[in-house]
Amino acid sequence: MILPGFPEAAPLAGLAGGLLIGLAAALMLLGAGRVTGVSGIVGRAFGINDSGMSWSSAWTFVIGLPLGAFLVATLKGGFEPDFVPLPLLAVAGVLVGFGARLGSGCTSGHGVCGVSRLSQRSLVATATFMIAGIATVAVMGAQ
Amino acid sequence: MIRTHLPPLVSGTLFGAGLALGGMTDPARIRGFLDIFGAWDPTLAFVMGGAVLVMAIAWRFVPRMAHPLFAPKFSLPDRTDLTPQLVGGATLFGVGWGLAGLCPGPGFAVLAIAPLEALVFCASLLAGMLMHRVFFDQKAKAPAHASQ
Repeated sequence: MILPGFPEAAPLAGLAGGLLIGLAAALMLLGAGRVTGVSGIVGRAFGINDSGMSWSSAWTFVIGLPLGAFLVATLKGGFEPDFVPLPLLAVAGVLVGFGARLGSGCTSGHGVCGVSRLSQRSLVATATFMIAGIATVAVMGAQ
Repeated sequence: MIRTHLPPLVSGTLFGAGLALGGMTDPARIRGFLDIFGAWDPTLAFVMGGAVLVMAIAWRFVPRMAHPLFAPKFSLPDRTDLTPQLVGGATLFGVGWGLAGLCPGPGFAVLAIAPLEALVFCASLLAGMLMHRVFFDQKAKAPAHASQ
């Protein structure tokens, strides 16, 4: 489906992907009793922080991420992601990792699990990282 | 064993599949969403909308359940305080997110699609988390709050 005025947008694929992500987080919530904060789970898997989750459960989740992406990439016949240069990726990675720990969460934990729960902390965090991201792209340019 | 590990494995796989299906494994799409003053790509809004919709329904079941299906009790974030750390951390996170077009979920999911770029991003992300632990956790030593 093409969204009028936005030739690059993939609204139906986006919605389908979002519903799957929601199902993933719902399964974690109703099955394991936890929010799906990827930064917290990744930190737990690598022994950096304690999110209460068991080490092996954290690892099974982290391994599932590329597994699921691989399955979809195979079904769709591959992707050609467009990355920024490696040094910029490295700087950005440090900021994302440090910021996620300092801010107690990331796009999944605050943006999906917290916003859907109307957590005030998550609404503030989500609005903040959205504005910071928009400002960064505005200054640096999208390409 | 299966009861404790199947939910996170299925959840992680569904999560990674959803990210890939929604186009979130392409940094250009995420940066396109943040580029509201340029050629705006609203796809991420549909991803977030779909995920929040399902989770808003899921939250409604929590008060009615004595315990999660496969665990003895719920362990949910309970902090409500707005702190400088929350806003400062989210700001740094947002700058990195805008620079790379990647956050932790897509960063690890993309290991299956572009291993070199993903490894650089994921290793840096872990380094950033370690730096936070070195700088802040030492003096804090308060009981660790569950992260969102």
